Amino acid sequence: MARRITLGLYLLFLALPLYWLINMSFKTNEEITGALTLWPRNPTTANFVRIFTDPSWYMGYVNSLEYVVLNTVISISLALPAAYAFSRYRFLGDKHLFFWLLSNRMAPPAVFALPFFNLYSAVGLFDTPWAVALAHCLFNVPLAVWILEGFMSGVPREIDETAQLDGYSFPRFFFRIFLPLIGNGVGVAAFFCFMFSWVELLLARTLTTVDAKPIAAIMTRTVSAAGMDWGLLAAAGVLTLIPGALVIWFVRNQIAKGFALGRV
Amino acid sequence: MTLRLEGISRSVAGVAHLRDVSLSLPRGMPNVLLGPTLSGKTSLMRLMAGLDRPDSGRILLDGKDVTGVPARRRSVAMVYQQFVNYPTLTLYENIASPLRVAGVKGAEIDRRVREAAALLRLEPLLERLPPQVSGGQQQRTAIARALVRRADLVLLDEPLANLDYKLREELREELPRLFADSGAILVYATTEPTEALLLGGQVVALWEGAVAQVGPSAEVYRAPRTLAAARVFSDPPMNELAIACRDGALLLPDGRRLSVGGRLASLPAGDHRLGFRAETLRFAAPAAGTLCFAGTVAVTEITGSESFVHVDVDVGAAAPARWVSLLPGVQELEPGQPVSLAVDPAAIFVFDAAGAIAGAPCRAAA
Repeated sequence: MARRITLGLYLLFLALPLYWLINMSFKTNEEITGALTLWPRNPTTANFVRIFTDPSWYMGYVNSLEYVVLNTVISISLALPAAYAFSRYRFLGDKHLFFWLLSNRMAPPAVFALPFFNLYSAVGLFDTPWAVALAHCLFNVPLAVWILEGFMSGVPREIDETAQLDGYSFPRFFFRIFLPLIGNGVGVAAFFCFMFSWVELLLARTLTTVDAKPIAAIMTRTVSAAGMDWGLLAAAGVLTLIPGALVIWFVRNQIAKGFALGRV
Repeated sequence: MTLRLEGISRSVAGVAHLRDVSLSLPRGMPNVLLGPTLSGKTSLMRLMAGLDRPDSGRILLDGKDVTGVPARRRSVAMVYQQFVNYPTLTLYENIASPLRVAGVKGAEIDRRVREAAALLRLEPLLERLPPQVSGGQQQRTAIARALVRRADLVLLDEPLANLDYKLREELREELPRLFADSGAILVYATTEPTEALLLGGQVVALWEGAVAQVGPSAEVYRAPRTLAAARVFSDPPMNELAIACRDGALLLPDGRRLSVGGRLASLPAGDHRLGFRAETLRFAAPAAGTLCFAGTVAVTEITGSESFVHVDVDVGAAAPARWVSLLPGVQELEPGQPVSLAVDPAAIFVFDAAGAIAGAPCRAAA
């Protein structure tokens, strides 16, 4: 009984902020700022309708998704060959290089905001999805290399050699034999790239102004002379949760296996 | 068709793995690489396969230099001690894989895969994935894959070491037969002298990265030319005794005189090493004309039809020598029990200080 109560309380506290966000998104501003209500007295979808009909709102999601997907694809396709090299070959300074890659993750994004801003302005990448996607590679490529290296090292070298003896060319071996073997690892790495890129705000906001503005930056617009548009903000927040939830749903099996096998 | 190795050497990180190996491996009979762990069997096979390159020396296949040809452009099949298959492909696709890469037609692939699967009794399992079948079935899949491609060179690196006893017996009989029809050069690595004898063919005794002796397996077993070859080809380990020959007498390290006449009495002066196999060391009361020793029983291993008795023997050195005696039947001996041992001088190998043979046992005794 005591265990049930503990678990119940735990779940309650876990779910409360989430419930409150959803709760708010279906209320009007008057109700939110008025008395405390546990559920919407006058449920309204006006906040969601506004987001889905106003391009300045929904384009925020499109922009965010665009750079996040771009970043995930770039990170994984760069990390795969790098991780293979770290896992299979010994070369001068390989260990140091591997550690240096990891240490990139330790740097705060704010440090890089200014150089990226200046650089991208100069080469005309500023305010494009590419700007953010490339900037996020700084954190996601090392992470993906680290995760994938762990999975690749779990595949015996003899499989590579057997494929050589069977006559496989390297690309054919890599895509037909090797990649399916580390499928879980690719799933886990892609998940982390997606999530880091999706929740990162500072670089995304600094490197965009109008055309590629991410949703997180747009949400700050609801502060106006008329005050805060609480309901709209809450609705935007609910929608922001959805892509992450979807990604988790799709890679849940890989992640369950991946956490057990890999290094993460 | 022959595979010739000429003066092959290879070291990794300063450690010599192979030292000046020259060999000629013909087709039509198993070529057995026999040696203990780290004797260079796997290193040698990897060079033959083209997975590694020698530091010096040449590898010739039918007179053609293939030293620098990468593995994927050679016609080589290899079976590892660990069961290596592609875990995400079905057994069928695993076996078909080298044929698919070679661009063989679909119907022909199907015919050859089913033929190999029938030989190795894998037919009901073809649609399964490797992790879903037993270790023996996984290894048979790996062997089938090596079989279908009809490679010029088939390398089996201790293929039966991780299998259970019954499967080993079965496969050991079948393997040479399976590959005999393919016309391939068959190379088989093993640590077990018994396996080398059962397979027959040519044996290459390897010791610390160098070839100790090459020849028909029965001959190498009967007449090792070096101490290393004798050691490699003895299971249980060969019993050894260091002696010195002075003024026509045999002396133990502590100066005790061994009273033995005949062949051993006429050895040239100098230091020698006597070697004799476990089955020639008997329990017997001291008698004239034999080499006699006193010892105490350390361990007895009973296999059922035979017993291996490990005995600590006083051989005049600082520490007693641990010898093994192979006796018929079940021998129940207590550890610590004193025993008296005798060796027939006719069954003794004599090696000189450099390890070369100086006297072989009489054929009748062996």
